[in-house]
Amino acid sequence: MYDGGKIIPGLIVFVGLITFPIWYNAGNAGDVPKPEKPADAKECVEATEFMRTSHMVVLNQWRDDIVRDGGTRSGKTASGDEYSRSLQKGCMKCHVSKQKFCDRCHEYAAVKPYCWDCHLPPQEAM
Amino acid sequence: MNNKRREFLKIAGLSALAGLGAPAAVNMLVRGPGMAHASSGHGASSEHGGGHGEEKPAGVQHGIVIDVRKFAEDKELARKCIDACHSIHNVPDYGNKKDEIKWIWTEGYEHAFTEHSHYKRNAALHEMPIITMCNHCANPPCVRACPTKATFKSKENGAILMDFHRCIGCRFCMAACPYGARSFNWRSPREKDANGNFKYIKQVNSEFPTRMRGVVEKCNLCAERLAVGLLPACVEACGDTKAMVFGDLNDPNSEISTVLNENFTIQRKPALGTQPSLFYII
Repeated sequence: MYDGGKIIPGLIVFVGLITFPIWYNAGNAGDVPKPEKPADAKECVEATEFMRTSHMVVLNQWRDDIVRDGGTRSGKTASGDEYSRSLQKGCMKCHVSKQKFCDRCHEYAAVKPYCWDCHLPPQEAM
Repeated sequence: MNNKRREFLKIAGLSALAGLGAPAAVNMLVRGPGMAHASSGHGASSEHGGGHGEEKPAGVQHGIVIDVRKFAEDKELARKCIDACHSIHNVPDYGNKKDEIKWIWTEGYEHAFTEHSHYKRNAALHEMPIITMCNHCANPPCVRACPTKATFKSKENGAILMDFHRCIGCRFCMAACPYGARSFNWRSPREKDANGNFKYIKQVNSEFPTRMRGVVEKCNLCAERLAVGLLPACVEACGDTKAMVFGDLNDPNSEISTVLNENFTIQRKPALGTQPSLFYII
């Protein structure tokens, strides 16, 4: 190889530089988002851990159940409080701010759910 | 080697013949000669009324009887129905025909009832606003056309509903619908003006979503209102005038069945076999 003495160290330096953000931040989760929880509600429709990982599944199940199968539009929490199985009319009644709740994690995780293409967020975010 | 292949082909061929012939032979044995084809014949079964006439409807089929005379008496009534529906469902008003989104609208007699003769019809009839919307057909062509099952017939009440999440905007349903009841969102209904308000949705109902660019939409027979025990918005807007009567067509004791029984009604394009659920008293 011509100029191998320059190319190979050059490549090593290049790869090192381009992967800099990865190894520099290794083991560091960055600024973990703190979504604002509703002040006056004690519990969500499911356990917090479950909601954290699977809220999108719950939303899809509500939608399919109500739209397709004529399912009930209201549910009960573990302690018996009634809630509306609806993003606009249910979730956002307690989680009153899309920016302070939904967006914080979604931005951190770099996901762009299309909920709000059609559903109307609470007034503040419009 | 050649010999083996030859043997193999012989066996394979015989097996194929046996496989094809065996079911027919077995049928002959089991049912006796002459009965082997009865299952695929055209024999009329007595359970289905001898195979004549329409299939007996089952389940709930919501429908509306529209009394056009009442709309002719009160010229404002149609506007009230349309406004009620469109404001509740966040239907945008672009102010031009090309982009128009309509769930419920008025049509001239000759356009609404194209199968009827218009020769020498009284002039007053042609001036009547015929209010119309999705016909929530018992035999909906749009549902057959939809490749994603985004639109479907409700098992609960026979309304033709849409799951906007699934709509890919192919517009097959619009081509299939003979009533023009479906509108396509050519542009975003959520375009905003300088103040950050929706330009085309004057009064936003925060209880109902909007749509997005690229989906088809239409009347949902107020599924969200029926679920909480309210009447469809247009029927409610008519109030006590009885210009619109809503109910279950398959229930012989419902109000709508009584009205249908006591009045001469017509449907839009009945010859197409879609079995529309809107009936008109002219």
